[in-house]
Amino acid sequence: MRLLNRPLGRLSRHRRGPVAGLLVLVLGLLLTGGLYAAFSPAQAHDDNSAAQVKQGRELFLVGCSFCHGVNGEGVKTLDGNQLGPSLAGVGAAAVDFQVGTGRMPAVQPGAQIPDKPTSYTDEEIAALAAYVATLGPGPAIPNESDWSLDGLTEAERQAAISRGGQIFLTNCTACHNFEGSGGAMPQGGYAPKIRGVPPKYVFEAMLTGPQAMDNFSNGNLSVEEKRDIIAYLQSLQENPGYGGFGLGGLGPVSEGLFAWLVGIGGLVGVAVWIAAHTARTTKKKAEA
Amino acid sequence: MSDENLPATTARDHTPVGVDEPLGNPGLEPHQWRPTDVDPKAEKRAERQVAGLFGLAMLGAVLFVVCYIVFKIGDDPDTFGNLAASNVSLGVCLAVTLLAMGAGIIQWARKLMGDHEIVEMRHSASSSQEDREATVSILKTGLEESGLGRRPLIRNTLLGAGGLLGIIPIVMLRDLGPLPGDKLDHTIWDMDTWNAEEQAWWATQNRTLQRVVRDVVGTPIKAVDLEIGDLVNAEPEILFAVQDNEPVVEGTQLLVAKSKAAVILHRMLPSDITSAQTLNWSVDGIVCYSKICTHVGCPISLNERTTHHLLCPCHQSTFDLADSGRVLFGPAARALPQLQLTVDDEGYLAAKQDFTEPVGPSFWERG
Repeated sequence: MRLLNRPLGRLSRHRRGPVAGLLVLVLGLLLTGGLYAAFSPAQAHDDNSAAQVKQGRELFLVGCSFCHGVNGEGVKTLDGNQLGPSLAGVGAAAVDFQVGTGRMPAVQPGAQIPDKPTSYTDEEIAALAAYVATLGPGPAIPNESDWSLDGLTEAERQAAISRGGQIFLTNCTACHNFEGSGGAMPQGGYAPKIRGVPPKYVFEAMLTGPQAMDNFSNGNLSVEEKRDIIAYLQSLQENPGYGGFGLGGLGPVSEGLFAWLVGIGGLVGVAVWIAAHTARTTKKKAEA
Repeated sequence: MSDENLPATTARDHTPVGVDEPLGNPGLEPHQWRPTDVDPKAEKRAERQVAGLFGLAMLGAVLFVVCYIVFKIGDDPDTFGNLAASNVSLGVCLAVTLLAMGAGIIQWARKLMGDHEIVEMRHSASSSQEDREATVSILKTGLEESGLGRRPLIRNTLLGAGGLLGIIPIVMLRDLGPLPGDKLDHTIWDMDTWNAEEQAWWATQNRTLQRVVRDVVGTPIKAVDLEIGDLVNAEPEILFAVQDNEPVVEGTQLLVAKSKAAVILHRMLPSDITSAQTLNWSVDGIVCYSKICTHVGCPISLNERTTHHLLCPCHQSTFDLADSGRVLFGPAARALPQLQLTVDDEGYLAAKQDFTEPVGPSFWERG
């Protein structure tokens, strides 16, 4: 007890010292600021200053405004089609997804904008996201804590993965295939492969519903349910292929192709080898 | 055409006189031997090849057994890269064994087994005249001795017995039934069809409308939970009801109820909705449709938020969610049934009534 009390006693001696008031004030401010930072709604990035928004607006005017309008209001073509949709209310998460995966800026309009190497640095993406977030309230960029399984026991992890699997099979497999390999959609579109996509982008895609994809907002699938889906996808990634080569997990098409080309092709190869070496000869038998 | 341009013939017959056959029978070609028949070296090589293939087959079989014993399976299996070692190695070993054995046997037959040419002459397809006469006479004798022509009573009763025998399998078709009655006209959304246990649970709830809840997790949904473009795969709440730690609906009954009552919710701008009924049956742009395709009953949820087109992955039937589930494309013959949606006292989305038509594919009694 005495050992524990000693530092307190020592501190107590300085309580009327000249810097004590200042120190308490600084500590109090740090605590308040720290608590606010920890519990406040997630922002685009730590730095959400006017300078960042200004930088974002400048980048936006150069790279995005041609299709999305100088104020992100969207642009319609002369025949009434939408060139670029309005960005009011899409939120920072949509920008982080679209620009972070290279889908935006798009090379050309079309049935579907494919992902490609990103054209902006992380800092520029954060600035763009901060600017677009000012256009209207929308989902913020999620934090790693939203999808991380850290802090769960092994049993809880397993439960999360199996629940995530059920939610995935109910909500996602229709378009993205039972193991996230993607699939075809009408009018030349496609649901992309989502195995191996960083968890942040999977989370943001559910949150914002990019292109023709439906939304799975936090009111639809809660943050925990999204976390479980991501845990399931990652467990798919980690699990060995029990049945051997998955061939893209596309089902009978790729498996049939393999059987026809490699399987039957191999048999034909053996048959050709056997037949080619059985040509007749003009020689006669020695005794004949 | 006159005959004057034709070469003169010595007789009326066009066959030249005095020649029995224009070409002599050349007989069979002399037999050509295989290299393995005339070259002892080639023969030895072929023998080694066949033996080598059989040896490979033996090796594959032995490796199969070794892999079976060595590689661990189960929750934490041995792997090659990202593949389960046991399955892959067993498959490869068995394939090598079978392929090598097959190739070896064929190679053996083609190169080393006897090389005879066999000629088999064709013969007439019909039986000889004596055989045909004998058969006819046997039949005639049989007919006469059995007296079928003379005893119509026996003949007719035999025909009657045969006919009645045919009725037995037809009567047994009854076991395919009974007919579904009106079971297909209702889903578990209709609370009047609930059994006593389900009614008892509902009595504890003190509510009048059945909620639409999220599939898998069973949580109720408020209209404010959903944003424009949200798609929810949902079920009636009774399927998740629990009383005395026992699910109220379970087993086969649960599966059947689930497969009929599954719905999707989709929220769109109310101004996007083109049909008056769809608008009337929606809540703030949230529409609710059966998830079961009206073609052959596949579950469908491939929706595009931009067009509100719902696509069935089985045969590409496409439905317009903004317009009463109208069929836009594909083999489906009926619009997707819409569920009339409303909000209950506590603000949760609920079904106003059951589907007004049977869900899923058409059937005989539906007309």
